[in-house]
Amino acid sequence: MIDYAWLVPVIPFLSFFILILFRTKMQKTSGLVATIFSGLTLIYAIVIFGQLIKRQTYLAEWQWLTIGTVDISFGVLLNPLNGLMLLLVAFVSFLIHLYSIGYMDGDKRTSVFFAYLGLFTAAMLGLVMSPNLLQFYMFWELVGLGSFLLIGFYFYKNSAKKAAKKAFIMTRIGDMGLLIGLILLFWQTNSFRFADISEVILAGQMESGMITLIAILILIGAIGKSGQFPLHTWLPDAMEGPTPVSALIHAATMVAAGIYLIAVMYPLYMASNVALAIVASVGAFTALYAATIGLVQDDIKQVLAYSTISQLGYMLLAMGVLGYTAGIFHLFTHAFFKALLFLAAGAVIHAVHTQNIKQMGGLSKKMKVTSVTFLIGALAISGFPLLSGFFSKEEILAAVWANGQYGLFVIAILAAFLTSLYMFRLFFLVFEGESKKTIDKIQPTPITMKIPMIVLAFFAIFSGYLNTSWFETYLADWLASGATFLSTHHHETPLWLFFVTILLSVGGIVLAYFIYGKKRINQEDWKSSFPGVHTLLKNKYYIDEFYQLTFVKATNAIGTFFTYVEKYIIQLCMTFVKDVVQSLSKTGTKTQTGQTQTYGAVAFLGLVLIVAFYVLKGGY
Amino acid sequence: MSSVPLQAYLIVALILFCIGLFGALTKRNTIIVLICIELMLNAVNLNLVAFSKFGASANITGQVFSLFTITIAAAEVAVGMAILIAFYRNKRTVNIDEMNTLKE
Repeated sequence: MIDYAWLVPVIPFLSFFILILFRTKMQKTSGLVATIFSGLTLIYAIVIFGQLIKRQTYLAEWQWLTIGTVDISFGVLLNPLNGLMLLLVAFVSFLIHLYSIGYMDGDKRTSVFFAYLGLFTAAMLGLVMSPNLLQFYMFWELVGLGSFLLIGFYFYKNSAKKAAKKAFIMTRIGDMGLLIGLILLFWQTNSFRFADISEVILAGQMESGMITLIAILILIGAIGKSGQFPLHTWLPDAMEGPTPVSALIHAATMVAAGIYLIAVMYPLYMASNVALAIVASVGAFTALYAATIGLVQDDIKQVLAYSTISQLGYMLLAMGVLGYTAGIFHLFTHAFFKALLFLAAGAVIHAVHTQNIKQMGGLSKKMKVTSVTFLIGALAISGFPLLSGFFSKEEILAAVWANGQYGLFVIAILAAFLTSLYMFRLFFLVFEGESKKTIDKIQPTPITMKIPMIVLAFFAIFSGYLNTSWFETYLADWLASGATFLSTHHHETPLWLFFVTILLSVGGIVLAYFIYGKKRINQEDWKSSFPGVHTLLKNKYYIDEFYQLTFVKATNAIGTFFTYVEKYIIQLCMTFVKDVVQSLSKTGTKTQTGQTQTYGAVAFLGLVLIVAFYVLKGGY
Repeated sequence: MSSVPLQAYLIVALILFCIGLFGALTKRNTIIVLICIELMLNAVNLNLVAFSKFGASANITGQVFSLFTITIAAAEVAVGMAILIAFYRNKRTVNIDEMNTLKE
């Protein structure tokens, strides 16, 4: 079975192909068909993962191009990290497909939606199975395309159009970094293969300056994809897409591709302390920065989007402090609870037809399943004891502490506290309190939407137990077995860290309860005592405005300048060339009078000339 | 009978041909142009017949050939006249300098 592992991305691609071909005929059945296809993908991925556990790695390559002495191959690589990602993507994708049947019901372009979902899933699966950087880069761009198409799914809405364009351009800026890094790496190592690259680096055959440069360039790619500061602005806007898309692409899988890229290129980062420090600082800064914005947003999906950015920052931070397994572990647990939160938010939006949390309230009585699953997701992301987020977050904090980065540790702690605060602000505002009059009737949530939420809630609770120091660190051992370049020192987690983590999450929840649940603490006092801070956060630190004023304006100015160059310089040259040709041909047409007699006279004159010539020359 | 030399025939034919050519190139009326073309053809016929009598290898072929030319010329004039009449019906004119519509 594992020899046909390349079929895994082919199955969802087939679903894309069929649905796009018969999109008008399969309007009703498309959801079912796509779900069956993604179910098959999941089953196949599980089978492959089962076989992978025994054999650890699998590599198959087919030669694609030969340039000079370099062979460029296409292939399938499976190792512990890839296998985990494969399973994760297939699993979440399947649940989202199932959920979308209910969510997209009644839309006119359902089949197109499911086709795009299939395309995205295929690209993402191809991405995690790539054995070399070039193939990785291709799928990386394909994933970006899928994201673009799905954000702009409601293309008749101007905001969706803009958001899709923004996401595409912002990630493209990051991709530029990745592309340059990739070319530099190829120049240095003469290979795109991950295995060859890490071999060269581990053998110390590269200058440290070059390593740092390449590592930073690749980090820029990861920053773009994972929505890290300063290229994060596309991710909140990407919430214009349908909510299942936000759950699948902009929470669980695609945005994690940036972290995955860092993990795949980890030997490179381990060879450069500067690069690691930059990774950690970007991650820590983004974690705190996005968390503060999440505190004041009023759109339920915006809060979750900033929460995603913040959590991705957390993972990046873990990567930067040599917490390789901690980062991947958090990626793993985060995929479950963040997808769950988005799906629950989607169910709320589906029911009440608004995204503004100020207009919601008291929904827990009317939407039992949704509120309970959302609560589980919120508890998990806040790091509430015994839920999955608790273990992974604690792992990251331990890694930061063990690395001796105390400044970053403080930032991480603050971000963790803010996380539980804004998550429970959301929970109390949406599900508790009295219901608002603006919402008169609540649309019931179909069973196909409830099942994925329940399944994800299960994983949000229990996926953490795969890697705890209490039982067995299955996940870390499994990952470490595939990443031999990691130094295998098990740092002891200080006991007080457990209490700190618990204190942070419970503290945030209690504070949120008093502010938004009980209203014991008046939020207006806070706003009035720090008026500047609130507006600053509300406007997301004016980053969008800043970009608008600098980059967009500058680009526009350059564009205008070249428009004039085009208009007055290039156009002038063109007109000149055109005029010369035109006047030449005008002279030519004058000889063509259409008068038969003129032609005859000219012909006769010619004959006379020829004869005269012969007579004078005396023969031929 | 044989007192008329070859040169005389040739000079007459040349004069005829030049008149025909002049007419064909200068006249505006298409019928005159057609007649002038006939004139040029007849000059050629005269040459053919003259050479068949006084040529280096005198034989009957030249005369037979001129008979063919006369026949073909008759047919050609018939076609030419037909075209001209059709043209006249369309344009109400037979002026050759107005026959330049192909140029546009």
